[in-house]
Amino acid sequence: MISAALFNSLFPNGILHYFAGGLLIGLGVTFIYVLTGLTPGASTVLESSWSYVSDRASFNRPGMVDSRGWRLVFTAGIVSGAVLYTLLSGGGAWTTDVQLWRLGIGGFLVGLGTRLGKGCTSGHGICGVGSRSETSFVNVAVFLLFAIGTATLVAALGVTP
Amino acid sequence: MPSVAFLAVVYVGGLLFGVGLALSQMARPEVVLSFLQLADFGLLFVMGGGAVVTGLAIAVLSTSDSTAPLTGARYGRRLRSMDRDVLVGGTIFGVGWGLSGICPGAAYASVGIGNTPILVAIAAMLVGAYAKTLLTG
Repeated sequence: MISAALFNSLFPNGILHYFAGGLLIGLGVTFIYVLTGLTPGASTVLESSWSYVSDRASFNRPGMVDSRGWRLVFTAGIVSGAVLYTLLSGGGAWTTDVQLWRLGIGGFLVGLGTRLGKGCTSGHGICGVGSRSETSFVNVAVFLLFAIGTATLVAALGVTP
Repeated sequence: MPSVAFLAVVYVGGLLFGVGLALSQMARPEVVLSFLQLADFGLLFVMGGGAVVTGLAIAVLSTSDSTAPLTGARYGRRLRSMDRDVLVGGTIFGVGWGLSGICPGAAYASVGIGNTPILVAIAAMLVGAYAKTLLTG
């Protein structure tokens, strides 16, 4: 039996909105999977969209060009869903205080690492883990470990936020 | 050309996905960083909840003989070959996620909650995805 004090230290903000959000994320992917057979991830669009403006062969592989349209539609859906939530919750716009150099350098590494590693938090973390893919289990374990190490180190160096 | 129905399904699925990311607060880098600094483990329920729901659908459909109504495709599992890139890419992604507190899907949702500074991260992700092809050809 988990004590209330332990629960509060592990989950200082409760778990309900986290769990509900996770279920909705799963329902969104499942809705697409059931009707189309696709297992959509969020990072491929970062690569496939380059095919609109670049002649580089790797951007113009069949898998990229064939999927670039619906991947942009999927991305537009994600943005729209967050807009919808913001309007319904009435909270107004929210902006981060995390420093721009962190967003810039971190974002570059996220783009490079997710494309090199064949997926991100949704492609490997949701669809791959949901497929019980050993490759995805390994990738998720690696990125979680290094993300925890990096975030902890950066905080220890006194960088906030 | 993909049909209107196909694109509508992808859009609505993305919409649910975006509501989930906003509701779970994963679209906020500060919340992700508090998880990665082991101060709030709630984000385990976001990825876990999403993977369980998706996993149930994949487990049932990928072992059936049925095909997807809008594409005629057989239901499969999302499988990728294991190689060095999976490890190196995961390491680079992890360092970037731990530094910025944002991953691709959450970054798109972050635009939707009005977080304009996240556009810096998205632009940088596009540059990073371009840099990947300079490495791999």
